[in-house]
This record gives sequence, C-alpha cells and structure tokens, in this order.
Amino acid sequence: MLTLPALTGDISVFINSKASKTPSVRRPVEPVGRYFMHHAQRTLRNHTWSEFEKIQASLNVQRVDESIDPDEALLDDELADESLLEHDPRDWKTADLYAAMGLSKLRYKATEAQIIKAHRKQVLKHHPDKKSASGGLEQDGFFKIIQKAFETLTDSTKRSQYDSCDYNAEIPPPKKGSDYDFFEAWGPVFESEGRFSKKQPVPALGGADAPKEEVEKFYNFWHRFDSWRTFEFADEEVPDDSSNRDHKRYIERKNKAARDKKKTADNSRLAKLIERVSSEDPRIKQFKEAEKLEKERRKWEREAGSRAEAEAKAKAEAEAKAKAEAEAAAAANAKVDKKKAKEAAKAAKKKNKRAVRTSAQAAEYFGDADKAATIDEQVGLIVDTVDDEQLVALAEKIKGDVKAALTEVAQSLVESKKLPASLLSYFV
Amino acid sequence: MSPIVGIAFGNTTSSIAYVNPKNDVDVIANPDGERTIPSVLSYVGEDEYHGGQALQQLVRNSKNTIINFRDFLGLPFAECDASRCTAGAPLVEVNGKAGFVITRGDGRQERLEVDEVVSRHLNKLKLAAEDYIGEQLSETVISVPTNFTDAQKDALRAAAKKVGLQVIQLINEPSAALLAHTEAFPFKEDCNVVVADFGGVRSDSAVIAVRNGIYTLLATAHDSNLGGENLDAELVEFYAKDFEKKNKSNPRKNAKSMAKLRANAELTKKTLSNVTTATISIDSLADGFDYHTSINRLRYELVANKVISKFTQFIEGVIQKAELDPLDINAVVLCGGSSYTPKLSSNLEFMLPESVAILGPQSKEASNNPNELLACGAALQAQLLSNYDADELAQALEPVVINTQHLKKAIGLVDAEGNFVPVFLAETSFPAKKTVTLKNAKGDFLIGLYEGDHHIKETVVEPAAKDEQDDESDWSDEDDEPEVVREKLFTLGTKLIELGVKGANGLELSFNLNDDGVLRVAARDLKSGQVVKGEF
Repeated sequence: MLTLPALTGDISVFINSKASKTPSVRRPVEPVGRYFMHHAQRTLRNHTWSEFEKIQASLNVQRVDESIDPDEALLDDELADESLLEHDPRDWKTADLYAAMGLSKLRYKATEAQIIKAHRKQVLKHHPDKKSASGGLEQDGFFKIIQKAFETLTDSTKRSQYDSCDYNAEIPPPKKGSDYDFFEAWGPVFESEGRFSKKQPVPALGGADAPKEEVEKFYNFWHRFDSWRTFEFADEEVPDDSSNRDHKRYIERKNKAARDKKKTADNSRLAKLIERVSSEDPRIKQFKEAEKLEKERRKWEREAGSRAEAEAKAKAEAEAKAKAEAEAAAAANAKVDKKKAKEAAKAAKKKNKRAVRTSAQAAEYFGDADKAATIDEQVGLIVDTVDDEQLVALAEKIKGDVKAALTEVAQSLVESKKLPASLLSYFV
Repeated sequence: MSPIVGIAFGNTTSSIAYVNPKNDVDVIANPDGERTIPSVLSYVGEDEYHGGQALQQLVRNSKNTIINFRDFLGLPFAECDASRCTAGAPLVEVNGKAGFVITRGDGRQERLEVDEVVSRHLNKLKLAAEDYIGEQLSETVISVPTNFTDAQKDALRAAAKKVGLQVIQLINEPSAALLAHTEAFPFKEDCNVVVADFGGVRSDSAVIAVRNGIYTLLATAHDSNLGGENLDAELVEFYAKDFEKKNKSNPRKNAKSMAKLRANAELTKKTLSNVTTATISIDSLADGFDYHTSINRLRYELVANKVISKFTQFIEGVIQKAELDPLDINAVVLCGGSSYTPKLSSNLEFMLPESVAILGPQSKEASNNPNELLACGAALQAQLLSNYDADELAQALEPVVINTQHLKKAIGLVDAEGNFVPVFLAETSFPAKKTVTLKNAKGDFLIGLYEGDHHIKETVVEPAAKDEQDDESDWSDEDDEPEVVREKLFTLGTKLIELGVKGANGLELSFNLNDDGVLRVAARDLKSGQVVKGEF
C-alpha cells in the first residue's frame, strides 16, 4: 500500500506553472469492449464522470433485480401441512400433493417450470439421505409422496385428474344469510370454478359497475358451462384382470357409475351455485328495476299516439261547437239586419215611389197642367208596375230631366209588355 | 430478437460463437460436432462438402478442394500468394480477382471468384449456427486481421450480405482475443499485453496497452509464411525421411502420399499437444508400403524446434517494433491453433522475464481453447452491441471518438521513500479517471504529482565472487556464472502539482484527466469530507 510523504513545508496547493507536460499523442483506441462503449457514450453525450457513474449504478441495480427468480417467491418456504410428514405413502392419493410439493399457493396455476423447481427444492430438503445424515430416522414416507406428487403433476392427464379432485383448491361459496360483499365473496369462487372450463378464458364476475353486456356474458357462459372435470382420481383400484375378469369388470362398472354420479352431482352443484348467484346479484336486481322503469316509460310512449288523438278529437269538437254557436248568432243577427234592410228598402221604395209620383207635379206637369190628372194616374201606374231596381234607377234619373226619365221607363214597360201603351198614353 | 453471432473467419479454420441466454459464451459446433470448423469447401460431382468433410477430400480430390482462401478476398490477383494453394485447388485469375476452377458433375467447369467462395463458406457457418440456436440469424460481428485493407473489409461485408448476414462491426483479431480473455480472466490493473495469434498458415501479433479497460494497439506484426503448417511440414519431412529409410521408397514424389502424410502429421501434432506419445499408421503410403510408427513429444519438439523458435522470435520482434522492453510487457496472450504446442509456452517463459505471464492453454489463468478466443471475443462484442442501436454504434465508431489523446509519459505520485508510483501509465488514453483510497493515512501529508521517466536497470549478481562481467546471459542456469538482473525503474520527472493535507484521517485521492489534458487532483478527507484541489 502506498504511503505518502509527510508534509514538511507549509504548502496547501502548489502548481508548477513553469513546467509543461510532455505533449500527448493521438492514437486510435480499439472500438471493442464494454469500456470502449462507455467511453463512446461519455464522449457523445458529454456526460461527466459523476453523471455517467450514476447511470451505470442505476443500470446495475436493475440487473440485480432482474436476476431474482420470480418463481422462487411463489413457492412455499415451509411445509403447508406438517401432518403430511406422517402421511402413509400407500395412501398418497389422500395427501395434498400440491402442499407436499410446496406449491400450496399456486396449485392448479403452477406452470411446468414451477413444478420442476419446486420438486428440486423439496427433494433437496427431504431426501432420505439427507434426513438420515442429520440423525433422523429412516423415514422416507414423505419423500415417496413427493415423488408420487411429481409423477402426477408432471403428467398432463394425471394432473388434470388430480386437479379435478383437488378440493383444497376449491373456494367455498359464502354462507347463506351471513353478511358478505357480493363481489368480494363470489369473484374468487367463480375464478376457481373456471379452471374446469373447456373454453378459456373464462369471463370474470366483474364489479358492481359492470355493463349489462358483461354481466349477461358472464351468466350466459356459466349457464352453458362446459366442464372437463373428471373423477377418475377417486376411482377404486381396478384389479388385475388375470385373477378374475368378472370382478374386474364389476369394479370398472362401479367406478364408471360412481364417476357419472359425481359428475352429475358436480353439475347440479354448479347449476345451484349459479342460480343462487344470479338471485343474489345486485346488478341483476338493478337491471330488472331498470327494465321495469324502461317498460313503463315505453308504455307511456306507446300510448302517446292515442292520447294525442283523443285530445285532437275533443279539441275539434269544441271548435265545431263554438263554430256552430257563432254561426247561429250570426244568423240571428243577419235576420234582424235583413228585416231592418227590408224595412229600409221598403221605406226607400216608398220614398222613391213618392218622389217619382211627386216628380211630375214638381216638374209642374211638364207644362201640361191640364193633363195633370192623367199624368198623375199614369205616373202612379208606372210606379206600381216598375220593379225595385227600375224604381231606384228612376228615382235617380228624375233628379235630372223628369219627363225623359219617365218616358224611358214607360217605353221599357210597354216594350216588356208589362203595361199596355194605352194606359201610358201620355209618355209613349 | 435473434442473437448476434460472432464469427472468427480464418484461413485454416473458422468458428462461430454467441452469448446464450444464460450469458455464457457458446462456441457453436457444426453438424459434425466441430467447434473449429476448417475453412475448406470441396466439390464432388454435384455435392458440396464443407468443414472437416471437405478437408478429408484433400487426399483424393485435391483439385476440387478449396483451401486457405480468406486472405485473397478483396485483393487483386497479382497480390495473391498462389503457393498457399498448392495442396488444394490451384489459384487462378477470375475477373482480375483470385479465383478457383472447380469441376462439378458431367465435367462441367465452374469458375468461382474468391468472393463467391467466401459467401458459400459463410453461408455454411450461418446454417450451422441457425441449426444450433434454432433461430434465423441476420446480424454478425466478424474478426479480421489488423492488416486487412478497407477493400478487403468491404469485400467481406459484401460476401456476408449476400448470404443474409449484416456485418454490424468488423473487429481486429487481437482485440477480439483480448476481449475474450479479459472477460474470463480480468487483469487486475493496467498492463501491456502481447496478443500472439499463431494460425495455420499465418501468424499475427500485436502489442496492446490496456488502460482502464480500453485497448490501444501499439504495434502489430504479421508473418504470412509462419504457422501450424510449418510445424506439419517439419513433421512430414521427418516421417518422409523415416519412411524412405525403412522402405526405400520416396513418398515426396507422389502428391497423394504427401496429402496423406500431411493429414496424419497434423493429427499427430495435435495429439502431442495433449499426450506425450502419438502413433501414426497409414495404409499404403507409397508404392504399396504401409507406414506405422510412434513419436514422443520430445522428439517432436526437437524436430519442430526451428519453427517454434521462429514463433518466439516473432513475439520478440513485435515488442521491439512497439519500442518497448520485454519488461514493459505484463502478459502474452496466445491464441490460434498452434499455441496448443506446450513447447511454445515453455520457450516463451524461458525467453521473457519472469514478470511476463504467458497466458496460453497451459496456464491456469487463461482459456483452455486458444483457437476459440477470436470467436468468443466477436460474440462478446456482438452481445454488447445488441444493447446499442445502429445509430449509436455508427457514432461511436466516428474518428472523433476513436482517436483519443494518449499520455506519452506516466503520471504518478511520490511516496514516502521518494519513489515514483504511477497513477496513469504511459499510453493511457484520456479522458481518464482514477481514485486511490488511503484508509490508514493519518496526519499531515504532501501529495506530489510528477511525470515519471522509466529506465531499465541492469545489475549483475555474482553468486560466488563479485567481479565485473558484462555478460547478458540472463538465461543461464549454471550457478557459477554471473546473472544479470534487469529491473524496470521509474525516476521522478517534471513536478506538476503539490498538495498539502493537514490532519488527514483517511484520504481519497481522485485524479481526473480531461479531454484537453488538464489534470485535476482532489484529496478528500474521508472523515471530515474536506477537499483540497489542484489543477494542471
């Protein structure tokens, strides 16, 4: 190790500014290796040493993190069930094989790699050689179970048969009548039931605010649930057919019957479960209520047409009535008016007649005062004979030349043969 | 993403390697199980043979077996050394380039440019690697000799491109070898290394300064007529003489006999690298005579001594070329197939000072497979580059990045005895940074920074009587002869900076040499955190 010389003078910083360094040479470096790439990064990005060290340090940390095996954390540290150690290996079928493998947290979710890793771990821990070396008795029962478990879980057919009968993986539905959150309690139940589905992925129960389509999809899926669950694992051992063939067949038949029975029971169990869930589902209630409201609303809308019609009818009726009343009133008014007009016309006629009758006298009988009686008589005839129109016209005309007007009327009367010319001798 | 493979493409053999998902370097074996695949293509009728299978054809079908073609790539015909191909398909001129004429089925003549031969060879390598990895490959890093011209590099890139391999980077062979070596056996401190590559038909060596993990080539040397074939030739000559003596028949007149002898001599040579005796038996070597004999390693080493001493001289030569003394060298990394020869390592140990580590297959501190170093280095570089995109790489290869300033003289501290302790050795490329932590430093100290000059001090140690004798026989084993002990010593040169530290309680000295050659020194007290700084 380097030792520095002791400080003799009183120097804090001395720079030998008179001296100059030997000039450097420019040479290419070899563009290989990590250190060159670091150099290149520093040069190109103008990183200072401390910045670069920080970046490298953060990269190193990430690398270390990545190197931790994520599977390792999922395996059991301790044996989940201590009683397994005393379990009779001949009864291995009744043991919890996943717990024996240290996979009690993963169970049917364990991947092949995880099973292999877990097996290795268990073997290292429970190998009989190891046990006897540490002073334990010659008990390899549990090791046999581990080996059986490994054998079962690494064979896909055997594993599916075991998974079918792995009641430890089942999540019991919430107790009826107890107080529980619907979604929290039922979600995991269906998640675990879904492992038996031939169709994957299985739709999740979802939350309280799931849209109607999703809820419907969920129930449709479960109503049409297609399960691969088989109960072969629980079969009674089939004897060798060399001893007694009939007995073998009998056992086989019995097994099949038992399997079918269990399958039917399982199916009905599931059906009941779904029935219960759908009856409890607050979303379905909500949807039903919403549907009811919707129905009412729609009914209201549907009836809107006839309602409008009735209204229109009533309105029309009222209008018609009002109209009739108005007409009646108008007719009455008109009658009065007519009467008045008639009277007025009568008065006017009378007045006109008088005017015409008196017109000759007013015109001093046109100089023929001697024929006054005849003129009056003949004028009287004209006035009585002419119709109303002619009278009005005549009354107007006599304001001018009386004789001419009377002559014109008399002539027209004669021509229309209303009066004989003889009676109007004066004017014709 | 498919991995990037590293290819070491040699005249005699080629190797492919990649870094597997477990982060180990895997040298890929071809379907015949060869990890070093002979760079040989042979044509029999319509069939194409490659690798070891093609090499076997050299005996019966030498005219259609193409060997030693790599160095001709990208060179005009006039510059090619046709004598290399005498054992196989003769070298001819095709379109001004080197080429070969091959007879396929029905006597059809095929004229192949060397580019096409290289493409076919690379394609076979690619297929072998794809079989092994199980993925399509599209990118590669190839190692090339330091004296490959730009035209040759372009030709190699084009040949690789033709078979769907994009060359991401061509790296120098010595750097590749050193990279592979340091990855497995990192150097503890900065050093000067000779990388010697003894191949089948040529030898290359380079002196490389390793400073903070960055390599700088100080000198390179090439000998295109020195290689494993020279060892074979010596052995062949030995066997031929022996055969002639026993059977009164000269096998040298018959090309086929010679081919048989060569193939067996090569095998014997390889066997003798591992065991001390090897037998050779050839049916009907010449004139119907069989040949059977055994040879031990000592005999072989005597036979091949001339060539082996050429190898060691070659290494001495490159050290001289770099204007360095053997004492300046810290290690010799041996690579290439010929470096398996145990005598080569022991000769080097003998010739070079004890301070030089001979990192050959016999050393514990080096790879057992020196012929795979190049491919491993290329693979490591390939893996490194997979973290960078093409743009970044192109920028990193700009002259502005690659050409850096290097210190001409060492810079270091003076210690309590007044000796120079280097911090930055000569040939350190900068910007550079170093930290020295002195945990036990307590009290007041003077930190003096100097440039250092070094010289070789020769002292004559007389075991018996102390009489002056100017004998440079440092190899002498005899006790009564004087021994010259050579030492490398530094003397203080120009004083640059002095810093005084008072009441220190553990010191951390950091030295920072920036782009412009400005040296910044900071001494930080580990306890109080006080800093004294200086800049030159």
